[in-house]
Amino acid sequence: MVDEEKIWEYLEEVSDPEIPVLTVVDLGVVRSIDVQNNHVEVTITPTYSGCPAMKVIEEDIIEKLHDRGIKNVSVKLTLSPAWTTDWISEKGKQKLREYGIAPPENEVDKSVLFAEPTKVTCPNCGSKNTKMVSQFGSTACKAHHQCLECLEPFDYFKCLK
Amino acid sequence: MNTQEALFEYTLRIGDDSLILAHRLSEWCGHGPILEEDIAMTNIALDLIGQATTLLEYAGEVEGKGRTGDDLAFLRFDRQYKNLLLVEQPNGDFGMTMMRQFLFDAFRKPFFEKLIGAKDLRLSAIAEKSLKETKYHLKHSSEWVIRLGDGTMESHNRIQESLNTLWRYTNELFYSDEVDALLIKEGLIPNMSEIFDIWNENVKNVLAEATLTIPSNNWKQDGGRKGYHSEHLGYILAELQYMQRAYPNMEW
Repeated sequence: MVDEEKIWEYLEEVSDPEIPVLTVVDLGVVRSIDVQNNHVEVTITPTYSGCPAMKVIEEDIIEKLHDRGIKNVSVKLTLSPAWTTDWISEKGKQKLREYGIAPPENEVDKSVLFAEPTKVTCPNCGSKNTKMVSQFGSTACKAHHQCLECLEPFDYFKCLK
Repeated sequence: MNTQEALFEYTLRIGDDSLILAHRLSEWCGHGPILEEDIAMTNIALDLIGQATTLLEYAGEVEGKGRTGDDLAFLRFDRQYKNLLLVEQPNGDFGMTMMRQFLFDAFRKPFFEKLIGAKDLRLSAIAEKSLKETKYHLKHSSEWVIRLGDGTMESHNRIQESLNTLWRYTNELFYSDEVDALLIKEGLIPNMSEIFDIWNENVKNVLAEATLTIPSNNWKQDGGRKGYHSEHLGYILAELQYMQRAYPNMEW
């Protein structure tokens, strides 16, 4: 009998292809695991519509579970409810910070034009004296910021709600 | 036309808007005026490609003739594309691209907000996902319209010229015909009639802030929803479809 708890543990070993420091569980893209007889169905959701990592994540999950002796696996993609940065675990946020990516701050008001963007804490030196260079960064889920204290440029995992 | 045919047509229209605009934006890849904007435009293109993928896959399922999202994207002829004329207009200069994007994003945001309420659960889920991205797009394009409009004499004149060129295509954003009417009657999609007011209000405010003048010429062009396109679409498709036409069924 396949144990659902065990599968969650195994998926903790599958890293996100674009931010390898996070697992797919930390990132919150694994939504549910359904065990029926000996069949395992893992439901995942994309961070952004065009996220090119989804296919790789699907293959990595299947491969990992195969390695662990679970052969009968399928992966289902769901869009609703839509992924939000709130689903990144606390552990995940800590890992991001250590990796040099600022984790999402609580809220970014997208409706107000030219509003002062949220002050993002520099993952390098911890200063709040930072500026946004561009809303769009190295991947769909990140924005490009710079620290005005240590001058280090850094990625910010932008808030999506 | 039955409900299934109408739903296919409706999904195709929204999917083609995303697909063709994504293609236009991706033409900027490597040509952006600054690195950050090169990355921004291709990021937005990627979001739109993602939307097009889910929409065209769904359209294929609704049609029930075994066509995949890729089949619909790569193997139709120009008259079978149902995108808005606005999204196929050439990039022009950076200001023209931002103005086109702004007029479209200002429509897409209230459109997706409404579509979340669709009884059709797939459309509702796609709208919920896409709306989050669209908010970022609209903020980006609005800021550039304001910055260029309220910028130098040169940037002001050029983006005003872009607005004058593109304005004639904005009425088509609100095009509706028997396809919409049937789906609304069947209760699958909500009535979209209020989104014109939301669009109009937002566009007026941003253009005022940008010190731009809404053209007084009220000539309006449509046809895209019925497959009647400007000459530009053919060139887009020639590039988009080249690989599949030259090497049928190729994958990489």
